[in-house]
Amino acid sequence: MPDILPPDCVGLVTSQTYKFDKTPLSLDCGRSLSSYELIYETYGTLNKDHSNAILICHALSSDHHAAGYYNMQDKKPGWWENCIGPGKPIDTNRFFVVCPNNLGGCKGSTGPTSINPETNKPYGPDFPILTVHDWVKSQARLGDMLGISQWLAVIGGSLGGMQALQWAIDYPKHLRYCVIIAAAPKLTAQNIAFNEVARQAILTDPNFHKGHYYQHNVVPEHGLMLARMLGHITYLSDVAMRKKFGRELREGKLNFGFDIEFQVESYLRYQARSFVERFDANTYLLMTKALDYFDPAKEYNNNLSTALANVMAKFLVISFTSDWRFSSARSREIVKALLDNKKNVSYAEVTSNDGHDAFLMPIPHFIKVFKTYMQNIPSE
Amino acid sequence: MELRTDLALISEWITENSHVLDLGCGDGTLLAHLRDSRSVTGYGLEIDDDNIISCIKTGINVIHTDLNQGLSDFNDNSFDYVVMTQAIQTILHPDELLKEMLRVGTQGIVTFPNFGHWRARFSLFFDGIMPISRALPSKWYETVNIHLCTLRDFEELCYELDIEILQRAVVDTKHRTSWSMRLLPNIFGEIAIYRLRKIA
Repeated sequence: MPDILPPDCVGLVTSQTYKFDKTPLSLDCGRSLSSYELIYETYGTLNKDHSNAILICHALSSDHHAAGYYNMQDKKPGWWENCIGPGKPIDTNRFFVVCPNNLGGCKGSTGPTSINPETNKPYGPDFPILTVHDWVKSQARLGDMLGISQWLAVIGGSLGGMQALQWAIDYPKHLRYCVIIAAAPKLTAQNIAFNEVARQAILTDPNFHKGHYYQHNVVPEHGLMLARMLGHITYLSDVAMRKKFGRELREGKLNFGFDIEFQVESYLRYQARSFVERFDANTYLLMTKALDYFDPAKEYNNNLSTALANVMAKFLVISFTSDWRFSSARSREIVKALLDNKKNVSYAEVTSNDGHDAFLMPIPHFIKVFKTYMQNIPSE
Repeated sequence: MELRTDLALISEWITENSHVLDLGCGDGTLLAHLRDSRSVTGYGLEIDDDNIISCIKTGINVIHTDLNQGLSDFNDNSFDYVVMTQAIQTILHPDELLKEMLRVGTQGIVTFPNFGHWRARFSLFFDGIMPISRALPSKWYETVNIHLCTLRDFEELCYELDIEILQRAVVDTKHRTSWSMRLLPNIFGEIAIYRLRKIA
């Protein structure tokens, strides 16, 4: 954390939790959650007629802490500090920003680590597998609770962008703008394959105990680390890794052993280890499944144009040239389906070497496109 | 702000409430003008980052597109007009793109600098150098114009591609026209503007 909070930072933030226990949430898998909690953060001020609210949907391994710091000792701000704050693209001087942790998460919303009221034990692997559609439904209830009948915008990157797209389809009247960044209308076989390797790493870890590792007081550390290492490689680009690490050796020489030698190995292990400390393996499994299942066109004869025929929001779609996890061509599929329906859409392909992670970075053209678009959105 | 002459002329050719695709839309001036003056809807295609920002600022729909990749994202007859101002000479395969324009749109509107203008002819004939003019300001090694043509060249291509010329205007860079341009357009016209349709 910087010594003094920069003026374009939302500052110190706290999260709030709300318990939904009046109406059960029926899920796509056929089960339902009779009671559940959502943890969320808000930044900025909700205006009198509740018309300036923006919903931020998070990606696979993020959470509700999108901006600001929890305390002055905090090392890092929220995950989208580059885009949320006074004068930033999502300008908290104008907008009221809400970011919840998705159901099934491990940061405070009900998920596998929560206690199942029926058994008084953690849900673990018994937590229902959720879909993007389920998440959107739970977010809509959060909106109702906050008195927001229509979001000014729903915004997300990666898996968050998929939620934004699902919002536009499921609740066309409940959002005016939709910003989809570094996303895709569904996963490819290659995407699913990567997720499957990640899942297998977790599922075959001897400490996984079929998901009941909480009772054994262990964590399937190696599996989750491997999953994260694999994922992390797919978030970066070849060029970015070459630039950052090259073939640099940690000790400047080859040791003819299997310990860490190359810097890239050290980096991956460090990233993986810190991930294990902050993330739950069952949640990781759930999130990758939600990604794999996402396919809004499926209910519309596999025709994305038909799926988007009734959307009412105005769209901004952004992709990054070096993103090979969800390439520009995938974003263009969304754009094409919107064009087919003569919907309002702008699309920017940002030149960047940062791979899929580019949506988290302060890339000048990206920030400029995003900010210019948001400035044009009337907030009154 | 005064509208560029070719854009002003084009605006008059486009009917109200139509759906327009603008290829190489620049900063979005034409589409914004059409939106404000004729309730036109549509999209601009652009590749330049700064232009894309300008378009977003203007509030028009802009799609980052490399026109050399064609218009495969657009369905047949999905626009009333497909417009391309001062860009056809920069395209890798102008003939293919012309066909694409009239696949996607009912009508096409194309403007380009006339390489048959007397000053261009004069430069080549007397000085033996590639022409530099108000309409063609760059040196040969710097220019983005890789497929320059004259009015006659363009009209011959239209004939070959079964494209009907519905309207033609010839102006100078200030978008004025004169009796000489009307009499000998391929010699006195600096900028050519065509409205086209595919012969069924």
